Amino acid sequence: MAEITTSVPPVTPEAIEAAGTDSLAASGLSTKSLSPRQMAVRRYFHHKGAFAATIVLGIMVLFVLLAPITARYGVNEAIFRAQAGVPNQNLAPFSKAWFGTDEIGRDIYSRLIYGIRVSLLVGIAAAFFATLIGVTVGAFAGLRGGRFDDLLMRVTDVFLAFPFLVALLVVRNLLGELDWVTSIFGPRTSLRFIIMLFTLFGWMAVARIVRGNVLALKEREFIEAARALGASNWQIVSRHLLPNSIGPVMVALTNTVVAAIIGESTLSFFGFGFQAGAGDTSLGLLVADAKGGVLSGWWWKVVFPCSALSIIALCINFIGDGLRDATDPKLVQG
Amino acid sequence: MARFILRRLIWTIPSLIVVTFLVYIAIRIGTNPAESYKRSNPRANAAKIEEYKQLNNLTGNYVKGYVKWSQGFLKGLFDGGASWQRTIKGRQEVWPLLKDAMANTLRLGLAATVIGIGFGILLGIYVAMRPGSLRDATVNTGAFVAFSIPPYVSAVLLQLFLAVMWSRWFGSSLLPTSGVYPPGHQGFDLWLMAKHMVLPVMVVSIQIIAVYTRYMRASLLEVLNSDYMRTARAKGISERRVLVNHAVRNSLIPVVTVAAIDVGGILGGLIITERIFSYPGMGDYFLTAFSNGDFPQLMPFMVVVVFAVLMFNLVADVSYAWLDPRIRLG
Amino acid sequence: MIDRNDQPILSLRDFRVSFPTINGTVQAVRGIDLDIHRGEMVGVVGESGSGKSVTFLGLMGLLPRTAVIEGSAKIDGEELVGRTSKQMRSVRGKRIAMIFQDPLSALNPVHRIGKQITEMLNAHQSLSKVAARERAIELLDMVGIPQPDQRAQQYPHEFSGGMRQRVMIAMAIANDPDVLIADEPTTALDVTVQAQILDVMQRIQRELNTAIVLITHDLGVVARVVDRVQVMYAGRAVERASVENLFRHASHPYTRGLMASLPSLDAHRLVPIPGAPPNMLEPPPGCAFAPRCSHRRDECVVELPSLRPFGAGETSCVRAEELVEVLQ
Repeated sequence: MAEITTSVPPVTPEAIEAAGTDSLAASGLSTKSLSPRQMAVRRYFHHKGAFAATIVLGIMVLFVLLAPITARYGVNEAIFRAQAGVPNQNLAPFSKAWFGTDEIGRDIYSRLIYGIRVSLLVGIAAAFFATLIGVTVGAFAGLRGGRFDDLLMRVTDVFLAFPFLVALLVVRNLLGELDWVTSIFGPRTSLRFIIMLFTLFGWMAVARIVRGNVLALKEREFIEAARALGASNWQIVSRHLLPNSIGPVMVALTNTVVAAIIGESTLSFFGFGFQAGAGDTSLGLLVADAKGGVLSGWWWKVVFPCSALSIIALCINFIGDGLRDATDPKLVQG
Repeated sequence: MARFILRRLIWTIPSLIVVTFLVYIAIRIGTNPAESYKRSNPRANAAKIEEYKQLNNLTGNYVKGYVKWSQGFLKGLFDGGASWQRTIKGRQEVWPLLKDAMANTLRLGLAATVIGIGFGILLGIYVAMRPGSLRDATVNTGAFVAFSIPPYVSAVLLQLFLAVMWSRWFGSSLLPTSGVYPPGHQGFDLWLMAKHMVLPVMVVSIQIIAVYTRYMRASLLEVLNSDYMRTARAKGISERRVLVNHAVRNSLIPVVTVAAIDVGGILGGLIITERIFSYPGMGDYFLTAFSNGDFPQLMPFMVVVVFAVLMFNLVADVSYAWLDPRIRLG
Repeated sequence: MIDRNDQPILSLRDFRVSFPTINGTVQAVRGIDLDIHRGEMVGVVGESGSGKSVTFLGLMGLLPRTAVIEGSAKIDGEELVGRTSKQMRSVRGKRIAMIFQDPLSALNPVHRIGKQITEMLNAHQSLSKVAARERAIELLDMVGIPQPDQRAQQYPHEFSGGMRQRVMIAMAIANDPDVLIADEPTTALDVTVQAQILDVMQRIQRELNTAIVLITHDLGVVARVVDRVQVMYAGRAVERASVENLFRHASHPYTRGLMASLPSLDAHRLVPIPGAPPNMLEPPPGCAFAPRCSHRRDECVVELPSLRPFGAGETSCVRAEELVEVLQ
């Protein structure tokens, strides 16, 4: 058999010009490439919904963060004192109150800003903690397998199949009666308690997703290779499994945020939610007020809070979808 | 296959006991007996409260209390609820209340679920045929928006526009917004009942359609990209056979499994919608009982819900194994 | 047995396949001429990306709708290119059958094996249910599956890899096709099982006089069973010869390179071919192998070389005559 040399200098004039002494380029291969993170970001913004949602949500968050400036009145402040012949209740939107007033004359626009702030806080905090717990438990279950994993799946199966609101309310009341719980998290109408409640319900879905991902990754060769090189369980989890699970985890996180926000508003809707004094409100409370508006045709009380809630939910869902596109392994490998 | 079913069935019974036990504890603690009784019967004295507690075995050991309660419950299953304790408020018999609530919710829930899942699957198939097309994008976005908007928001908005505003603009309301029948109506009237169900069913089924369209689409797309689809085409069989016997058949498997679980959740899953439309179903029953901390009223409800959930989880597992032979061994 | 003077059963002329993508048009197959005669087994060899699978998927009409197929592909004189999906149905499974690389994913996991075979039968013949079942069992027996009547009731995951591939073959020959295209049938199998499958295929070739196209990247597989070999690179055929001639006197540097990179007992090192296959979005002008070829000259890149008779076979290397000494 003939010997074939291993160096490949180009010969064609075009190849020389295009590639210099680069053999790869001479054979026509592209050498430009982006890092996985850059490609993920590109894919994310390619998703039009996610792109728009990020902007909209970003603006909303900005508004909310700068509340004292962007809100026109205090959360419990009437737009002006009612006088005889000049009522301040249930006024339709006008120059002094862009979204109208509620039944005691407070500006709905300002209350909406404060309310969104509370709801976003609940959503993000609950999702954060739920993800923390869920990732830990899920990764552990996926890696170890065996009894623990079985148990986790069975328990979460049943729990997640339960009608959400029933489970939520029952657990709420149960925990609300336990002194050791309320001493840490406050009474069941406090913000801390509500965040804890949604963390409790949220971690399971996250755990399942992470577990599934870990199971799939466990079989891949690079984990086997890491083990062969002597990596400990902990190292495998932190250096290989977790970084590769970021995609599904981020998606699970956004789902939890939405679930918590909507859950909180549902609770408030029925009067089982957040009840602080001094007129503090949440999106849910505002929508609950809205019910009063339906029959009397005070549409602004309904439309604005409902739209705000819907827009927030939609935006977060779009962002989640964009994240999924950005990190989908099938799309990554092309 | 039979062995598989048997094994699952055997596992279901202890889990039924465990879950109802946990629920018992949760409800017993969550509905503080003394407070609840007092709230519903403000003029009750200590003796009455004690009597209530004794009747319902709410004192002492949880395990014993559970056993006693379950004895009473099981007896009641066979004597039409006579052995069940009466409600705190108004001392009503529980079974008739529960029965009516279940009937109403089942009607609403089954109608919405059947419509929702049915249309959802069909729509999902329809768009999966031409992925990336305009109709795909439209339906996808529509579904996305539909399930992002929480059902009670859409319910309230629908109520507002179709009923209240409509009547302002056009005189009378297009569709009724509450109850099973107009107030004061006696007897059975299918047409009236149907009219009252239109709005709530619409609200619920839109959500379901949105979710199932996406499920079915995703499942079908995955199947369509499988190797065996190529084999099926290489056989030269008709395109319709390829679609039905291979694509749809295989892609329905995960969807059916999820559907079974969703059906199991109907009884407790319509609380919000029922409340908004003042529909006297399980949701109403639960909320009343829950707000009153009414233990004897709550427990039968919880048992029914737990039973439905576990039963349909079993159905889901079994149907998955039946449809996908790879699952059967083990 | 193989009468070369007979009309070829499958005949490709200037067969081309391209795919429009966001980055441009990928020219996967750039002009293939090939004749396959009844009862002969032809090996089509090449790396991934050489276009060997795409060629045959293309003539079967199994490529995505966006694929552009040009040129001519005739089965027993009837043109295939330009046929609609519906028209292709009478060809697929009946006159040309195809089996694929991974039999586990190629078989529908929720249908019983027997049913998958009878489906094939019912698509092109009208048999009674009983007759179809019996024929299916016969076919399973023909490919060497023990206890075929019991096995027909089982599901794909209950079979081993080799068994599954036999099932695929049984399915493929159900309607006695003129041509059987086997796309990497042994790649996913163990070496010992590979041999068995190749035996089955050879038996079919002999007993049923079916022409077989064996697509593979594995020269070892080819050496064992085929009559003729066509070597492909970057969407073109670069050499064609009988299997003995190919192994003894390969005339194209690429073929030589392939053979040199096979591990052998007396080689000290593995000698790979340097470089990588070209980007099919913009194939290089002239001979596509030139950038990697240590024998290239200016005349290689002037125009696209075609197959021409050389020795007992055909080659597309413009320097074949000069390199005869060097390549021995």
